[in-house]
Amino acid sequence: MKPEHTQGPEPSHTRRRFITAGAGTVAGLYLAACGGSSSSKSSSSTSASSSSAASASTGQKVTLNNLFQQQAGYSAQDLAGMTAAFEKANPNIKVNNTLVAYEALHDKIVAAAPAGTYDVVLGDCIWPAEFGSKKIVADISDRVKTLPTSQIFPGALAMADYQGKYYGMPWILDTKYLFANGSMLKKAGVSPAELKTWNGVLGALKKIKSSKVVKYPWLGSWSQAEAVVCDYAQLLGAFGGKFLDSSGKPAFASGGGLQALQFMKAMLDQGLADPASTSSLEADVLKAFAQGRIAMNLNWTFQLAGAKDPKQSRVTKDDVMIMHTPAGSAGGPAPGCNGGQPVMITSGSKNADAAWEFIKFITGQNTQDGYVADSLPIWSASYNDPAVIKGAGKPLVSVAKTQLPDMILRPQVTNYNAASQALQVQIQDALLGKKSPQDALNAAASAFSSSGPPA
Amino acid sequence: MRESPRYRIAIHAAAILVSLIFLLPFAWLVIASLASQSDLLKIPLSFIPSHLSFSRYSQIFSAQSGTIFANFRASLFNSLIVATATVAISITVGVFGAYAFARLRFRGQRASLLLFLSTYMVPPIALVIPLYLIMVKLHLLNTRIGLIIVYCTFATPFVLWIMGNYFQTIPRELEDAARIDGCSRIGALFRVILPLARPGLLSTMLFAFLIAWDEFLYALIFTSTTAAKTIPVAIAEFTGRYTTDFGLQAAGGILAAIPPVLIAVVFQRYIVGGLASGAVKG
Amino acid sequence: MATTATPPTPTVAEGGTSWRARTREGRFALALLAPSIIVVFGIVVYPILKTLYTSLFAVDTPFSGHFPWVGLDNYKFAIEQSDFWSAVLRTAYFTFVSTGFEVVFGIGIALLLYAPLRGRWLFRTIVVLPWALPTIVNGAMWRYFFNAQYGVVNAVLTQLGITSSYHAFLSSPFAALNIVIFADVWKNTSLVAFFLLAGLTTIPRDLYEAARVDGYGRWGAFVHITLPLLRPVLVVVLVLRTIEAFKVFDIIYVMTGGGPANGTQSIAFYTYQRAFSDEYFGYGSALAYLIVLFILGLAIVYIRLLRSDWNQA
Repeated sequence: MKPEHTQGPEPSHTRRRFITAGAGTVAGLYLAACGGSSSSKSSSSTSASSSSAASASTGQKVTLNNLFQQQAGYSAQDLAGMTAAFEKANPNIKVNNTLVAYEALHDKIVAAAPAGTYDVVLGDCIWPAEFGSKKIVADISDRVKTLPTSQIFPGALAMADYQGKYYGMPWILDTKYLFANGSMLKKAGVSPAELKTWNGVLGALKKIKSSKVVKYPWLGSWSQAEAVVCDYAQLLGAFGGKFLDSSGKPAFASGGGLQALQFMKAMLDQGLADPASTSSLEADVLKAFAQGRIAMNLNWTFQLAGAKDPKQSRVTKDDVMIMHTPAGSAGGPAPGCNGGQPVMITSGSKNADAAWEFIKFITGQNTQDGYVADSLPIWSASYNDPAVIKGAGKPLVSVAKTQLPDMILRPQVTNYNAASQALQVQIQDALLGKKSPQDALNAAASAFSSSGPPA
Repeated sequence: MRESPRYRIAIHAAAILVSLIFLLPFAWLVIASLASQSDLLKIPLSFIPSHLSFSRYSQIFSAQSGTIFANFRASLFNSLIVATATVAISITVGVFGAYAFARLRFRGQRASLLLFLSTYMVPPIALVIPLYLIMVKLHLLNTRIGLIIVYCTFATPFVLWIMGNYFQTIPRELEDAARIDGCSRIGALFRVILPLARPGLLSTMLFAFLIAWDEFLYALIFTSTTAAKTIPVAIAEFTGRYTTDFGLQAAGGILAAIPPVLIAVVFQRYIVGGLASGAVKG
Repeated sequence: MATTATPPTPTVAEGGTSWRARTREGRFALALLAPSIIVVFGIVVYPILKTLYTSLFAVDTPFSGHFPWVGLDNYKFAIEQSDFWSAVLRTAYFTFVSTGFEVVFGIGIALLLYAPLRGRWLFRTIVVLPWALPTIVNGAMWRYFFNAQYGVVNAVLTQLGITSSYHAFLSSPFAALNIVIFADVWKNTSLVAFFLLAGLTTIPRDLYEAARVDGYGRWGAFVHITLPLLRPVLVVVLVLRTIEAFKVFDIIYVMTGGGPANGTQSIAFYTYQRAFSDEYFGYGSALAYLIVLFILGLAIVYIRLLRSDWNQA
């Protein structure tokens, strides 16, 4: 371990400051003793962003402090591999990646914003409006536009876009596909062609239930979380609905939006969807599928690998079918929910140039093509590359190629979290039979347009 | 006092029932951490797994740095440091204050004790936002010292409360005798009162330790790396990451519980003596 | 012992407490308390005041800056929200039920801990275990046990023939709230029991002998001696657990995330969502102060009870 000269004064300064601030007596002695053991290590992560800032322009070593997540998309090992390759290519830039649970990611970014703790943060496609309008992350439109954006899936670019500005660069690209258990379909006499529309799916589920293959053929990830909004969004899109109309007002309480919720409710009412749906997340759904307890479900790409992994699955590999998400009516639209995650540069970053270099590297086609086993590239050309097809598997690449260009975004509103929480609760109220779908969506729509508390 | 056989049987039966209610969840947690994934997901569930293996524990203990397992180990260490330091500081400052509450008469005595206790009534959520800014300004964000300072603010009132009442139960004559022999007040506190109050001291330490070990919200917001992340945060992360592996969650949970459980088991015989006087007087 | 004895004798001889001696004692007390005051209030005073200040402004970003003054509008907005009141009622239900069960079971277990059992040390060791289990682990454990598909609770119930099929316990809002209460009671009854056991050990044995001579049975002795003498401890335990329960956050964060359909959203969890997820920092601060008001209201009731005991002492 090489102590950098800029970090020297920090810890002792901290310690002295606290002691003089108060505890001159025994407490001070204790704190000082603790400080000696811990502050030298811990300060490297908190003070590094400010200490390295000054050196950015002089060609000295720059340290980037980045925030990523533990689960979903690229694994920790993938990120470590990409980072190592980047550091090798850019010897002047050192990268510290912090990984937290996805559930803590948003709150961490917000809490750290005033302090400028991080340079690059992993976002979610539902945050550009909030983070952009509150200036938590920087507008990097000029930087993004230097890239050949026409070669990126339009849906991928949209995940970082708010009102025509890019608040991040797309990195993780994902959407929900329809998964089905092939041998269960066969047992019930269902042909995969029936699963092209949601009505076909409903019929198939009924056949599977009546032929007693499984008790509940479907499990939704309809827990009070973003998961339920994603499933709802996908159905809403299929039934031709819209979250917001052209003037930005909520439009999901009628038409396709209403049909979508009625459809989910019908699945529960007819005993086709497991009642556990309202307390299940995507991982629970994957597990149910992999254990052969359900016949069909919607899920992110990770279910494909999970259901084929003999360590966690009882379903034989050939039984795992991945399909394009169904349409509302034959030949109609069948968009998947945009589940992308862009990487963003915080507005407090003092190393924005180095941060952009890092982002450019990890989102680059070369890097992404090397890690297709965990997440598919944002670059459309990759999908014709034989190496990519081999790495990710033909079934996935061929369905991804048709579904990824067609995605539905959850509404881009600045108060997305509050609005989404209201929507989650109202959807659950309807699913649990406490309200009619119409009443529930009306209530959710008024929450969307309500101005909220004074602040 | 001789008890009737019927009474003896009844209390033993009740004690066994209570023990089962407390032990069975622990037992299943241990089994789940050792059983194979397929046994855990089997329906109907078999309560005796086909084979047991310690692979999850070795996975956590042998993982290379940078992985979530290594982070978990680091958090165990952080929690130990933070909880121990919190105990050390709050006991050290609290013992003097407790002596003042127990032995001295001064204006506003009751009100000030209540004021100390009332800090405990404020929900952490009320303080976390401005505290974050203080942490940033003092460069204490994501440091163990930062957590220790925060934890001492709610552990110390406990020490004052419980130790103060404990001191009151120690006969004053013993202290007076020591002072006649030439001890100062502080001298008597250290030579006479503290040795006599050892059970109370130990049980108060256990209280403070458990409070610090258990704290979640401040740690969630104030820490982000292995430099300071504590066990409750690591566990929350762990269960989020391995939602599909109940066994791994169980193993992590057991490891997180071992230090406080060991301490509690060792200290439990003192808890009774310590609480006896600490709690009664409010 | 403590409830009947320890008169408030001053340290020095009663008649000799001059004004001067008292001031000296006051100063000495201040010196002894100074470290505690610094450790406790040195850090907390600023956040407490800052939160109060923030609650009067429309603050919607984490950055510092100039924000519009809104006076008490954030408070007004809160008490006009049905969401807010549902969360308060839910929290009150949680507090009342969990504390109630903890105290009732706690008394029973305390009596058992005190009873002449064979292997009493072993029983005491077992009872201390749940208390030592971290809340986060406890929450994760019960979430797993109550899992709709692989949970051990479902397995036990069906294999014993109590239920015919697996239930999605955590999928119904009210059931989920009660399961969270169950998990809380399972863990915290131990704490209550040990506090009460401590109280039991201070009750002089000869009181029970006297009660027997007077012709009281076991139940009579419990009602007329044990319960009244336990009252001070009961009040302490009630205060402690009520404060904790009204602030409940961790176990909900881990077990249910406030769902389903907000069925387990406590007032602290509601505040967390508004302040952090929605970035309504002014509103969140106002909510936090409303929680303090609720807890203070409850605490004042208890402190009244507490004070009567102090006056005896």
